[in-house]
Amino acid sequence: MALDSKIPAGPLGEKWTKHKGEIPLVSPANKRLIDVIVVGTGLAGSSAAASLAEMGYNVKAFCFQDSPRRAHSIAAQGGINAAKNYQNDGDSVYRLFYDTIKGGDYRSREANVHRLAEVSRNIIDQCVAQGVPFARDYGGLLDNRSFGGVQVSRTFYAKGQTGQQLLLGAYSALNRQIAKGRVKMYARHEMQELVVVDGKARGIIAKNLVTGEFERHSAHAVLLCTGGYGNVFFLSTNAMGSNVTAAWKAHRKGAYFANPCFTQIHPTCIPVSGENQSKLTLMSESLRNDGRIWVPAKKEDAEAIRAGKLHPNDIAEENRDYYLERRYPAFGNLVPRDVASRAAKERCDAGYGVNKTGEAVYLDFAAAIMRYGAEEAHVKGVKNASDADIKALGEQVVEAKYGNLFQMYEKITASNPYKEPMMIYPAVHYTMGGLWVDYNLMTTVPGCFALGEANFSDHGANRLGASALMQGLADGYFVAPYTVGEFLSKDIRTGKISTDSPEFEEAEKAVRERTEKFINNNGTKSVDHFHKRLGKIMWNEVGMARNEKGLKQAIADIQALREEFYANVRVLGSANGMNPELDKAGRVADLIELGELMAKDALERKESCGGHFREEYQSEEGEALRDDENFTFVSAWEFTGVPAEAKLHKEDLVFENVELKTRSYK
Amino acid sequence: MDLTLKIWRQASPEAKGEMKTYPISGVEEDMSFLEMLDYLNEQLIDQGIEPVVFDHDCREGICGMCSLFINGQAHGPGRKITTCQLHMREFKSGDTIYIEPFRAKAFPIIKDLMVDRSAFDRIQRAGGFISVNTSGNTIDANAIPVPKESADKAFDAATCIGCGACVATCKNSSAMLFASAKISQFSLLPQGQPEAKERVLNMVHQMDLEGFGNCTNTGACEVECPKGISLENIARMNRDYLFASLSSNK
Repeated sequence: MALDSKIPAGPLGEKWTKHKGEIPLVSPANKRLIDVIVVGTGLAGSSAAASLAEMGYNVKAFCFQDSPRRAHSIAAQGGINAAKNYQNDGDSVYRLFYDTIKGGDYRSREANVHRLAEVSRNIIDQCVAQGVPFARDYGGLLDNRSFGGVQVSRTFYAKGQTGQQLLLGAYSALNRQIAKGRVKMYARHEMQELVVVDGKARGIIAKNLVTGEFERHSAHAVLLCTGGYGNVFFLSTNAMGSNVTAAWKAHRKGAYFANPCFTQIHPTCIPVSGENQSKLTLMSESLRNDGRIWVPAKKEDAEAIRAGKLHPNDIAEENRDYYLERRYPAFGNLVPRDVASRAAKERCDAGYGVNKTGEAVYLDFAAAIMRYGAEEAHVKGVKNASDADIKALGEQVVEAKYGNLFQMYEKITASNPYKEPMMIYPAVHYTMGGLWVDYNLMTTVPGCFALGEANFSDHGANRLGASALMQGLADGYFVAPYTVGEFLSKDIRTGKISTDSPEFEEAEKAVRERTEKFINNNGTKSVDHFHKRLGKIMWNEVGMARNEKGLKQAIADIQALREEFYANVRVLGSANGMNPELDKAGRVADLIELGELMAKDALERKESCGGHFREEYQSEEGEALRDDENFTFVSAWEFTGVPAEAKLHKEDLVFENVELKTRSYK
Repeated sequence: MDLTLKIWRQASPEAKGEMKTYPISGVEEDMSFLEMLDYLNEQLIDQGIEPVVFDHDCREGICGMCSLFINGQAHGPGRKITTCQLHMREFKSGDTIYIEPFRAKAFPIIKDLMVDRSAFDRIQRAGGFISVNTSGNTIDANAIPVPKESADKAFDAATCIGCGACVATCKNSSAMLFASAKISQFSLLPQGQPEAKERVLNMVHQMDLEGFGNCTNTGACEVECPKGISLENIARMNRDYLFASLSSNK
């Protein structure tokens, strides 16, 4: 099947307005006859379900958590971008568009990204109208801050809990529709299979996680808002339950999977502490506004720190290497995530890492505390303030800005970041890849849509900070509710979709068989045992730096792991009733298959771009070397039976408005 | 470190539950409490014993999914943390730790340590929203300035994660802190005013329907709240409720 991205004709700035105006409308009377399933209730899912219900469709929404409010969007800390230019620093829709294209290393679609930048402004208006308590200045107006990869302040925030506040806003909109009976909410339900009838997505098989029962749900369209697949690495900043199952089942039923190897490794996470660690915790990128990143300039100092013989506060200024400021003077500590992560790895691999593992760098607030303290002393008219006074004043300012993040850090590490520098290291955070979608956010299975992190469309090879929240809400509030019209307008005469068809029958049978296989397997190793091993393979060979030999090895190792998993996994308990181990087994089975496809995609992409760094393709200074001539395309993989034989389809990326340049933050 | 765990096991909502004893060794200080339970579960699986079921997801203190009554305290020892943020360095080798589910009439047990908190969702549905359509065609976000103090207070109230520690801790199993947090958030913002009266009446009504108890101003909820939601919110809700009851057109 040839890929048709359905990008509307016309000038970039007019495409969306024109397209939106031309999408066929479904009359209110007919909307009542149309059912839509929304899987996942994060920013994309909650906002889409609420908006579609508001428009008049019958919506069924599903989440595996006990409440839609718990989806992992809630954990996003730093903020949400919008081209409001409230700070009067020269921001505009075009700049947000340009920064996103450049930040994505020229591997995203111009038209989608421009649309995202356009609707970004509506998001802030909408959220404020919903009562989202964004940070404000003393004049009562909205406050902004800066994020990596940009030179303006366009990030709106609610302390370090922006994702929580935005999700609760979308959850409240969803609740309003649930209360009206327009959305039927299925919490503690997980999608197990996509049902395709006559080539169209017409429903899902869902599992009631409390009773263990399988349920058939039909609809005229299915929206997958199921997030990313970072948990393929086992250790990531994702929630424990985040998984790829819904997207992967759609992939197996014909939805192409795009750019699976584009993974974001976030530079500022709390380093790994031990073998029994279950997840990693992010420290918001907003900290890089004020924190300076460094390692000792002398190897012997780094060694002394690792051995516990030297304290970072005792290293003199001239013996510190602020390597981001040194290598990238124009952007300094605010380079994009992929650049910052690789630079940290480079220093640690070279032997300058701190922490007992040698895999950590410092994020230091001492300078910011003194700077803010001096400012406060001046504002308060404190004359001849001592260093200690200034420090105390500065600590108050830093606490107001980042208090909850500092507290979170201290809880986990038992170290006080006001007194000594934080230790951080990159960790898997976000996946730019996802289900391939056209401009209408429809996958290659007609009627099956993918929104938010679950699709691939807007961030190219690297996402900029504070853009995930923007995309989730843009897709859910302002894009999908309109673009589904093109598909659904043809369904006004279809009538209710029956769940008694052979397609539903077969889909349910397949799910039952998979489940019984796990329960009756009588293996010897737990699900987590296999998940951890998968994670190690992925982190070592398909992580921050990749090469041909390692990727080939990873593919072989994952294939072997898959066989062993099916032969030897042990799931206790029964299929009737609550059984989290059984649910986990199904998720890990899909992650193993996805892992192999990621390695294959990384192997085929013989260039370095954004989060995908192939060691064979780098400049003399160690920067990523893109190959625009041969790789300016989206890799969309078609499932043909096993990941090893997935078929590659290419969507050529055409840049009509932006000139492809070497991405430089120097 | 070596510990003795006493854990509530209950096969289903109808089944009779009991405390079971599990000795565990090799627990590390850096483990979070939930990682300690993961570690226990791995050992149980090896022994052919069904692992302990407990709710959890984000493991960074924000989703509100984890719960647990640990040694008689919601989210265990320590202030302003959830169970997933509790680390084993708070315990010492030789300790016996009692682990129970959040108990309240309105939170029926599903299995082991997992409870059903959907009553919270129903309270939110009764009015925890501002009735604005999601068209994006609202007024500009900066059109209505909100005094920083109100905005900050609204934010503080809005940080409630809906975990239910307040209910589990309260001797009356009252959900006043939870309900008042959402009511306060909107009560403090200009956007929340048009529906303020209906909101407080409807949410309080739903809270009563769900079987939560009344507030007797003990203040235990505030102490155990992982987000430090203030009792001030309950006072505000009571004031709003009184005002709405006396002046509502309904």
